[in-house]
Amino acid sequence: MPISPQAIRKGDRLSLAKALTAVENGNPESRSILAALFPFTGNAHLVGVTGAPGTGKSTLVNQLAKTFRQASETPPKIAIIAVDPTSPFTGGALLGDRIRMGDLAGDKGIFIRSMASRGALGGLAHATASFATVLDGAGFDLIFIETVGAGQAEVKIAGLAHTVIVVEAPGLGDEIQAIKAGILEIADILVVNKADRPGAENTARALKAMLEMSLVKNGNIPTAGKHLRLSSSEGAVSEQASHQNWETPVQMVTASEGSGVDAVVNQITSHRDFLKQSGGWQEKENHRLQADLKALIQDLLLHRWEQQIGNGPFTEALEKVINRELTPLDAAESLTNL
Amino acid sequence: MSDRKIRVLIAKPGLDGHDRGAKVIARALRDAGMEIIYTGLRQTPDMIAEAALQEDVDVVGLSILSGAHNALVPAVIYKLHENGLDDVKVFVGGIIPEADIPGLLDKGVYAVYGPGTNTQEVAEDIHQAFNPQNG
Ligand SMILES: Nc1nc2c(ncn2[C@@H]2O[C@H](COP(=O)(O)OP(=O)(O)O)[C@@H](O)[C@H]2O)c(=O)[nH]1
Ligand SMILES: [Mg+2]
Repeated sequence: MPISPQAIRKGDRLSLAKALTAVENGNPESRSILAALFPFTGNAHLVGVTGAPGTGKSTLVNQLAKTFRQASETPPKIAIIAVDPTSPFTGGALLGDRIRMGDLAGDKGIFIRSMASRGALGGLAHATASFATVLDGAGFDLIFIETVGAGQAEVKIAGLAHTVIVVEAPGLGDEIQAIKAGILEIADILVVNKADRPGAENTARALKAMLEMSLVKNGNIPTAGKHLRLSSSEGAVSEQASHQNWETPVQMVTASEGSGVDAVVNQITSHRDFLKQSGGWQEKENHRLQADLKALIQDLLLHRWEQQIGNGPFTEALEKVINRELTPLDAAESLTNL
Repeated sequence: MSDRKIRVLIAKPGLDGHDRGAKVIARALRDAGMEIIYTGLRQTPDMIAEAALQEDVDVVGLSILSGAHNALVPAVIYKLHENGLDDVKVFVGGIIPEADIPGLLDKGVYAVYGPGTNTQEVAEDIHQAFNPQNG
């Protein structure tokens, strides 16, 4: 049975689920589905949630989604994309994020989809972008993307969101990890989860210190009292605010009990308003589409090149490189000079 | 370059609080190359059918130790159909008396596994069920 984009637009959940599968598997029909939905996209607020395994990302997303759904008379429709790693040895994956999202069951305004990272990292970025396109086109207002912030690539995927929440927890040596993965630079909101645990204060303090250091490095020294304090209730935003001027809050949260979650909800809303008013929203949108376009061009060119050149010349060139008769760069140039 | 993976929802309906068996089978199926969505304890038939829909799984594996399988399994199957998931294959594992198995199969269960089943056997059965050459 063909998947109907019209049915997806009307809110048919089965069609939506099938469309996500088609997109994930690169089925031929995924192309026409994406094309039909694409004109309706650009409205959803994409929120990336990343951090080391076990920091409480899924627990936090559960609380955030629940709170957003309860917060207003006309709550946003929420989709959650939860990405977990594929085992490189077996190709299988154990996707357990839903365990923490039991509170959301039964709410038809929420759609949760687990996703295995599968093969190529560029592929993951593209699949995630395509998922966001389908869900955005299906009319979801708020899309959370949970990825394990273990490597550069996953961090980058979360970084394609409008708003990036980085989750840390005390006692994991995360301060160091955060620097290594370049994770602090992409954070719009820093959450220190497990505030009920000893050491949370220290983690928060260390993160604040690091944030300030990186601000100094970028020549963007915050001065006391001059920080832009933005919230939807305060409204007014300075005219010349660009999205560089966002001050990343460090928020203590106990996701398992829900404390601190309201604050993060407000920060998410503030950040969206901030981006919309500063022009940062469009900037991020452009950046995201550009990254997706580039990744696709790379894939397509590589695919075409592989088809054109066949296996022989590549193996020959590789052999010469192995024998030190040819540098890898020279080999690459001669192989691509078709 | 279509990269199709068998997707399996492992769920524990009912009230019993042991998910060791469910986790063992989840890991075994992952090691057999499948993508396993695990939803945790105490799932209602509604929750299971909704998760199966959202995740577009090929298989729902139910782990039941409570003895309530004769009520729970048909309820899950009913909800799956209600959601339009007519092609999803339902596997049941746990403590199921021999005498109850025909009734469950009759209700539309694809296979039933007792305690001590070799997990590899389950993985092979699932692969068999979805291998296009056999379907
Ligand atoms: N003590 C404490 N444990 C938490 C908190 N939030 C989550 N956890 C626990 O941390 C573990 C990992 O949580 P999960 O949300 O799956 O983390 P993820 O891997 O980052 O998605 C689970 O056992 C949670 O119950 C918290 O605020 N305090
Ligand atoms: Mg998680």
